[in-house]
Amino acid sequence: MIRFCQLYHAIDSTTKTNEKVTALANYFASAPAEDAAWATYFLSGSKLRQLVPTKLLREWAAEVADIPAWLFEESYHAVGDLAETFSLVVPPGTLINDDSLTHWIEQRLVPLRTLDEVRQREAILEIWRQTPASIRLVIMKLVTGAFRVGVSKRLVTRAIAQQSGIPADVIAHRLMGDWKPTPLFYQRLVDPNVQDTIHSQPYPFCLAHPIDLARGPEGLGEPSDFVAEWKWDGIRGQLIRRAGRTFIWSRGEELMENRWPEIETAAKSLPDGTVLDGEILATLPTGEVLPFAQLQRRINRKTVGKKLLSEVPVVFQAFDLLEHAGEDIRVLPFIERRARLETVLASVEQNHLTITSIVAGNDWQDWAEVRETSREMNAEGLMLKRKDAAYDVGRVRGTWWKWKIEPYSIDAVLIYAQKGHGKRSSLYTDYTFALWDGETLVPVAKAYSGLDDKEISQVDRFVRQNTKDSFGPVRSVTPTLVMEIAFEGLQRSTRHKSGIATRFPRIIRWRHDKKITDANSLQDLMALLPESQISS
Amino acid sequence: MMNELLKTTELGLYCAAGGFYVDPRQPVERAVVTHAHTDHARWGCRHYLAAKTSEHLLRMRMNPDAEFQFLEYAESLTIGGVEISFHPAGHMLGSAQVRLEHRGRVAVVSGDYKLGDDPTCASWEPIACDLFVTESTFGLPVYRWQPDELINASINQWWRESRDEGKCCVLYGYAVGKSQRLLASLDPGLGPIYTHGAVEKGVEAYRKTGVQLPATTHVGAISGKHDWRGAMVVAVPSAHGTPWMRKFGRTSTAMASGWMAVRGARRRRAVDRGFVMSDHVDWPSLLTAVKECDPELVWVTHGYSAAVARYLNENGRDARVIDNHARSETDDDDS
Repeated sequence: MIRFCQLYHAIDSTTKTNEKVTALANYFASAPAEDAAWATYFLSGSKLRQLVPTKLLREWAAEVADIPAWLFEESYHAVGDLAETFSLVVPPGTLINDDSLTHWIEQRLVPLRTLDEVRQREAILEIWRQTPASIRLVIMKLVTGAFRVGVSKRLVTRAIAQQSGIPADVIAHRLMGDWKPTPLFYQRLVDPNVQDTIHSQPYPFCLAHPIDLARGPEGLGEPSDFVAEWKWDGIRGQLIRRAGRTFIWSRGEELMENRWPEIETAAKSLPDGTVLDGEILATLPTGEVLPFAQLQRRINRKTVGKKLLSEVPVVFQAFDLLEHAGEDIRVLPFIERRARLETVLASVEQNHLTITSIVAGNDWQDWAEVRETSREMNAEGLMLKRKDAAYDVGRVRGTWWKWKIEPYSIDAVLIYAQKGHGKRSSLYTDYTFALWDGETLVPVAKAYSGLDDKEISQVDRFVRQNTKDSFGPVRSVTPTLVMEIAFEGLQRSTRHKSGIATRFPRIIRWRHDKKITDANSLQDLMALLPESQISS
Repeated sequence: MMNELLKTTELGLYCAAGGFYVDPRQPVERAVVTHAHTDHARWGCRHYLAAKTSEHLLRMRMNPDAEFQFLEYAESLTIGGVEISFHPAGHMLGSAQVRLEHRGRVAVVSGDYKLGDDPTCASWEPIACDLFVTESTFGLPVYRWQPDELINASINQWWRESRDEGKCCVLYGYAVGKSQRLLASLDPGLGPIYTHGAVEKGVEAYRKTGVQLPATTHVGAISGKHDWRGAMVVAVPSAHGTPWMRKFGRTSTAMASGWMAVRGARRRRAVDRGFVMSDHVDWPSLLTAVKECDPELVWVTHGYSAAVARYLNENGRDARVIDNHARSETDDDDS
């Protein structure tokens, strides 16, 4: 366990990618396969199902630290991380031995779930007595399931590849989908002689880079080297048809079973050995793409009722072909894959399985004009893809570009602030912004990002010195600061006081030049709603 | 808020009977000052009264046209019937608790303080009083300091490892107080020790006052090519990431502050290491201090005032918050 904790702290204390990869590779070189399997599991973002309700953990921590519950919560807000709060508030314990990571997980943590509350409490208190702060932090991160440290799955993949000598794309592929962290799994992961033949296994997704909106696409090269497609606001998915079965994976590598029955039915007509990359979209039989808000109604449904099926029909709109006739064709150039994709889909006549259309254009200007119509199409902008590029693993620069439309923006007034989490804990970084409705300021959006560190500390100081009132962790401040807020979409909402919900709000810039009376009104925001634009 | 001796005003704590402010927030006629950090000793006052051991630091930092008056610890002076004396606060060289006595009632303004020994200053002493004014910079149970021996050992261990990797160590601490305590914690057997200009000025004042510190060289005194491998440079936090750092070649950087107890703060600083070393009371020692002084009334300021006051109230002490101005970790002069 000490070795794993050292790895955690080594990753946590550096911002340099190479140092992280080296720390990971060293760990994988020295850890036994069973520990390496669990480490891979957690570091690549998987977690244990809840072991102990956090409400109980909080109660016990306050009790052991001999403080009231409200003071534990106050401490949590200052720290911004629950596991870390347990590590700091509960007085330090003493490590009595160095059991392995696997022993900890399988013998001490997983069994917690089946214990009754009294025994759980005993077991947790014993863990706290036996752990100094630095080790307790890591263990409590495993217990609370919030195991996030500054590595991506891609980095873990790189480290395992570096250590084992197996190419990174093979490791990435083997780490896709559902797997159990067993020693056997890890041995196969790093075994050069294993043949990969798991039917359900998806390919790693190729991700697009954003085009800087101010600079545009001119720097990408020759327009004739690219094709353009609509960038739809749906759910990215990989559709697999192998051995007479269908699997639909989300980009978060979740197997979406029974969620999209019309797509699963359509997929039956695909030949075996076909893997499509595409976007799940709510689309009317007329071909009109519905706003994301409609699709959202289906997202979290495990099973879908008849009514919803008819109101929000979905299609899988394919834009790439990764496997053709059982062969991995990701190394072929994009236009070659596209040609094969057209052939494959031409032979299946299915309403719920379509191909994305190529947006015609001869130069950047043509596409710039088309892009201006994105909002009317319920699209987010355009995708630009290099004709000669292979299908990359992860976010490789230069092959796929997303050219989004300019977001909506308004000038709003900061009225509430709350402390952030993680790197931003103990600073006031989470803000609520308001717009004028007559003489009053009505909250419209919460925004967390967009300021740089220096600005954050200026706002933090402002909040501390201009607090009017506190409600729990939230401070209301004297309305003074005006910031420009951008967001991707708007819709009417009965759940929001303002009557309007914003999608992806974020701060663009701090308007030092504006007074609060210069901020926008709620009516200004309403005017941006899609239906008001159509009617006007 | 007021009691018989002190009242809170926009300008800070005011003693009407004596006609002076304690640690005023703006320039005033008469200031009684707990210590030389600039959020307590405000530039521009007409007259300063402070503890004798803070003389060199105050004269260095305050307006030269002011009148200064200094008292030894425990020596007293009576102004307008108020007997004023200074008692060690353990925060930094010359830091003092201000004890005021008037008609048999005693108020103690502790300024910033910490419990435990510090080789660069006199240790905090409990003073029985009716009113105790305490800071609360680290007044939450997440803040619990480790013994000095452990912190010092980990700092020297880091120096040793960095030296063996051929790197130059850059250790950040506030210019006056923390930096000198850091210097006193270093093992000079490990290599040469250098100081940033702002730190070196503080070092001079410490030495003039008679504090023993290891030999240091001002970085500015080195000209031309120099081999910085294995050296220790003690610098102010604002030097981090500036062109001034380039000359040192490959470095390992660290920050020493109570804020380093929390990972988020450590990561924000973007330093390689964070050492949890503070000159303020942590949660357990704040409670100990209140218990030992056993005041009738506690005024809480500077930090997690509301949490500390509420906790004390729930545990049978009359405690009140006297300002809403929380201290933030970016206040660079202190912590």
